[in-house]
Amino acid sequence: MIEFRAVTKRFDDGTVAVNQLDLTVEAGIITVFVGPSGCGKTTSLRMINRMVEPTSGTILVDGQDVRAADPPRLRRGIGYVIQQAGLFPHRTVLDNVATVPLLSGWSRGRARHRAAELLELVGLPAELGRRYPAQLSGGQQQRVGVARALAADPPVLLMDEPFSAVDPVVREGLQDELLRLQDELDKTIVFVTHDIDEAVRIGEKVAVFREGGVLAQYAAPAELLARPADDFVAGFVGRDRGYRSLSFVDSGEVALDQVSTVAIGQPAGAPTAEWVLVLDEQRHPRGWLPPRSTVEGAVTEAGLTPGGSLYQAGTPLRGALDAALSSPSGLGVVVDERGGYAGVVTARQVLDLIERARPTATGAERGH
Amino acid sequence: MIFADMFAWLADPANWTGPAGVPARVGQHLLYCLIAVAAASAIGVPLGLWVGHTGRGGLLLVGTSNSIRALPTLGLVTLLYLVAGGGTGPVLVGLVVLAIPPILAGTYAGVQDVDRGVVDAARGMGMTGWQRLWQVELPNATPLLMSGIRSAMLQVVATASVAAYVGLGGLGRPLLDGLRVLDYGQFVAGAVLIALLAVLLDAVLAVFQRVVVPHGLRVVARAAKRPASANRSSQPERTGDAGESGASGDTGAAGTTGESAAELAIMASRRETGGSER
Amino acid sequence: MDSILRYLGNAGTQREILDRLVEHVYLSLLPVVLAVLLAVPLGWCTHRFRWLRAGLFGVANVVYTIPSLALFVLIPAVIGTQILSPVNVVAALTIYTTALLVRPVADALDAVPAHVVAAATAMGYRPLHRLLTVELPLAVPVLGAGVRVGSVSNISLVSVGALIGTGGLGVLFTDGFSRRYPAPILVGVVLTLLLALVVDRLLVLVQRRLTRWARAGEVTGG
Repeated sequence: MIEFRAVTKRFDDGTVAVNQLDLTVEAGIITVFVGPSGCGKTTSLRMINRMVEPTSGTILVDGQDVRAADPPRLRRGIGYVIQQAGLFPHRTVLDNVATVPLLSGWSRGRARHRAAELLELVGLPAELGRRYPAQLSGGQQQRVGVARALAADPPVLLMDEPFSAVDPVVREGLQDELLRLQDELDKTIVFVTHDIDEAVRIGEKVAVFREGGVLAQYAAPAELLARPADDFVAGFVGRDRGYRSLSFVDSGEVALDQVSTVAIGQPAGAPTAEWVLVLDEQRHPRGWLPPRSTVEGAVTEAGLTPGGSLYQAGTPLRGALDAALSSPSGLGVVVDERGGYAGVVTARQVLDLIERARPTATGAERGH
Repeated sequence: MIFADMFAWLADPANWTGPAGVPARVGQHLLYCLIAVAAASAIGVPLGLWVGHTGRGGLLLVGTSNSIRALPTLGLVTLLYLVAGGGTGPVLVGLVVLAIPPILAGTYAGVQDVDRGVVDAARGMGMTGWQRLWQVELPNATPLLMSGIRSAMLQVVATASVAAYVGLGGLGRPLLDGLRVLDYGQFVAGAVLIALLAVLLDAVLAVFQRVVVPHGLRVVARAAKRPASANRSSQPERTGDAGESGASGDTGAAGTTGESAAELAIMASRRETGGSER
Repeated sequence: MDSILRYLGNAGTQREILDRLVEHVYLSLLPVVLAVLLAVPLGWCTHRFRWLRAGLFGVANVVYTIPSLALFVLIPAVIGTQILSPVNVVAALTIYTTALLVRPVADALDAVPAHVVAAATAMGYRPLHRLLTVELPLAVPVLGAGVRVGSVSNISLVSVGALIGTGGLGVLFTDGFSRRYPAPILVGVVLTLLLALVVDRLLVLVQRRLTRWARAGEVTGG
């Protein structure tokens, strides 16, 4: 548990980075500090391991005032991951991971053995240990950064925008990896980001900071989206927060309807008053034939009305609503996990489901 | 013509023996250079490390060392010689003064150039100031530090001829004696021997550099040469590199003197932008 | 102190010093001008034609290992000038300064953001026009830094030429030494330092005038 008690940080030039912060970070979960630049989120994080000294107030880690400890000793007991990983370019990956154990006086052999275990834990092949950081991709470097922070098995992990320098696809993979690790390790993690989507995705609790280092709201993600404390938080979490909060609503059982379908290469048959969904050989949706359209001969890819987004059954309702709204026929196409056609839903059906889900969506904790 | 005269002088066995022979002159020249560069390193490296590590006095340091660069060695040596009334001391002092700026600048730039994220991570993991200096900043500064030493050595080898001007030995002797008696063969032989010694010493230092620069940094240098890797974060997984690391040793004489030239330029530009660098 | 004042008070030495100073300026700075004229096209070539890079930089590095004194002496053997002609010094220092500048120029051109070049091309700049009005101005800070280092080191290097009888302030050193008279040496050292300082300041001013845009960015961006 990490407690901020009336913590203020005023820099030499007079700017107040953090203003009277009172906050308790719960043990064993991921807490995200999020906010626009200059809101004091990184400064708050860096005060925990005394990279920055508070001007006034107290910070307690597991009941111990951080000022009581010698800074280097304190930091060896707290994992620290930064943007771009900050790996030592002159040391191999294995020796990078072994840094803190070696600083803490472990023998080289034991430290390297531990480092090898950690590479495995973060999903990197053992032979990568002999490489140098410059020989790794950005995503791999970031994993090494996490492994290095975990090496001495610290109870607390500080992560300062660790994934913001990697591209979105890799970032999502790293976020999943972190959630998986956390399931296993149950560390107390403080994670700083400026990206609200990242915050609600990985945080169990989210602290939203505003300019001037003031804590605007501290809540679970679903709560944050459903009931922002004020206009600032509402603006920061974004315009379509109501829609995005559907990300936390599980679909349950969506009752699927069926429409007429026709395969590419087959004759369309007689014109009907209905939209007809066109599938390929793998039954992947390709597009729509509008009502009363006449097709000479076989249906081809050309001349189809393009379809909307596809909704995979079993994922949060946000996707189902989008599929219905973006479809030219008003019928959202639902696919199975292999992308094959499963059925259709209308926006009204989805909204009914949301209405039914509402009581549980607002009160409940969000599970991973 | 001139080169024929030179070969004639070099081929004369009389020029290869005794206290005025080529081996003795090379030995004297070498001794001046090694002493001067060693002394300059003993002053410049710790000072550069300290200023780079603490970040204090950097502006003053770069300004002063740039002014020292403008100090004419010949003037300094002759002046000290007249004031001191002779001896090897004035020559060595002049050469040390010549050698300090590149070493100091190289060391300082080396420490300054260490990625701020790397230093921040070192601090965040609980390294003390000394541990950071020895385990992170110094190893990462070695490429620029060594290029500073090599650049200093080149200048000192070239300039050690002034020793002959104040009546001492070294390879300046055949050069200046040849000039005085208009024996161009001897004159050019002196110049060529100095050039050869410079290239040789640089090659030796290049080998030494290979030994002291951590292997991982050469990997970094090669990665940086590939234009595509500028945007490292969006790189796909790059795996082929580890295998070729053994064959990468050719950054020798050619590689680093150019870097030292670039480093000079960096230093001068730093002085301008230094104010905004905090 | 007295001896220096006495030395400086003599009208003959005053003229001598002034002549040497002018000579020094010419010997040390003409090469810088020539080197800029050479290094910009060369740097552009290495920027444009990548395969030239290794070769040209290699030559530049080898040139840099040749001691100045040796180069002063070897130039006549190569270009057929008189062995003690000041042309040798100018040629040698031009080679050094060019070797110093080629790489930064090429690096600076490489560093011009691709989107800037693309935007200029899209607006209809022809390649030469684009080089002169877009890419080179953006390379000025790096070029300027190199020119400053080159000027200062040339001003100091020219004095060494006095050992082989070329002119410049170095003559005051050999003159004073042969007469066992420190005053001219001291005057020469001080003048060399002052000259370097003044030239450096002037170059900074020129560079500032040419790079207003860079500081504008600093003010708003920083």
